[in-house]
Amino acid sequence: MNDFFEISVYFGVFITLVTYAFGLLLKKKFNIDLFNPILISVALIMLFLVIFDINYEAYYDGAKYISYLLTPATVCLAIPLYEQFQLLKKNAFAIILGILSGTLTSLTGVFIFAFFFKMDHASYVTLLPKSITTAIGMGVSEELGGYVALTVAVIIITGLIGNMFAEVFCKLCRISDPVAKGVAIGTSAHALGTAKALEIGEIEGAISSLSIVVTGLMTVVLASIFAQFI
Amino acid sequence: MKYIKQFLIIIAVSFLGEILNRVIPLPIPASIYGIVILFLSLELRIIPLDAVKETGKFLIEIMPIMFVPAAVGLLTSWNVLKSSLLEYVLITVVTTFIVMAVSGWVTQGIMRRKGSEVDKNE
Repeated sequence: MNDFFEISVYFGVFITLVTYAFGLLLKKKFNIDLFNPILISVALIMLFLVIFDINYEAYYDGAKYISYLLTPATVCLAIPLYEQFQLLKKNAFAIILGILSGTLTSLTGVFIFAFFFKMDHASYVTLLPKSITTAIGMGVSEELGGYVALTVAVIIITGLIGNMFAEVFCKLCRISDPVAKGVAIGTSAHALGTAKALEIGEIEGAISSLSIVVTGLMTVVLASIFAQFI
Repeated sequence: MKYIKQFLIIIAVSFLGEILNRVIPLPIPASIYGIVILFLSLELRIIPLDAVKETGKFLIEIMPIMFVPAAVGLLTSWNVLKSSLLEYVLITVVTTFIVMAVSGWVTQGIMRRKGSEVDKNE
């Protein structure tokens, strides 16, 4: 049976869609944040691969066609951005300062933890780009001498946390304004968080999309400075 | 025809972003160049909104699924991750929440102080 999965072209896409659909169903039925469709899908696929001893490569061979669409989809985030541009311009100062404060908090936070855990330089810079979009984060990690595969892992964990808990956490922190929510989600949890922001509302989604771009660019510059601290 | 044209434009912008990524020696991915190009094209009316709208919204709607394959890839980094798993996960989770709180509060605080149209609903 394993052989079949390894040669099948549609298995990867099929199992991704079917587990995600199951996640959506659970979410609809129970409405608990832990039943996050992305998390459910990822967990079930991992379980399936481990139980039937299927290589990740065999799964990814089909599933890569889903990942392939990530760049065009990210490009399309320009659409909500364009639609909400008036609101964005009016609040430009607050948005930019919000994103800057978040970026600095992320870098400082990683520095403080790394300092107390007595991490070496490589582990420290691996974590620095954790809040930004994967493609930029990989570049930053590589340039500063981090472990790129680990950077990808922490970026995805960050995004999952953001996607799962953004709604509840914003409520808890009394971040109620849609613009502020957008900044909070996009700055902390990049595109994966933004997927949730888009579900919450158009304004949240648009501002979150902008935050991915600005946080990414700010981090490229600031991480190279922070990298010299350890 | 409509969807073919829309998909063509989105792929063309992605392709252009890819070219910029190769030509410009900065760690900025194709998708980020692509967002900027598409946004400027919409804003400058080079591309009308109708020429990308439906296909764009469809791609955005199914975007969460596109993160699944990469996240399943965590399986393969398990060996590197497990030795210092606790530290990494702790730092990642804690900083994510702090960043979310700080950036949200700063934005909301400045908006309220400036009195610039804060939404009162919710």
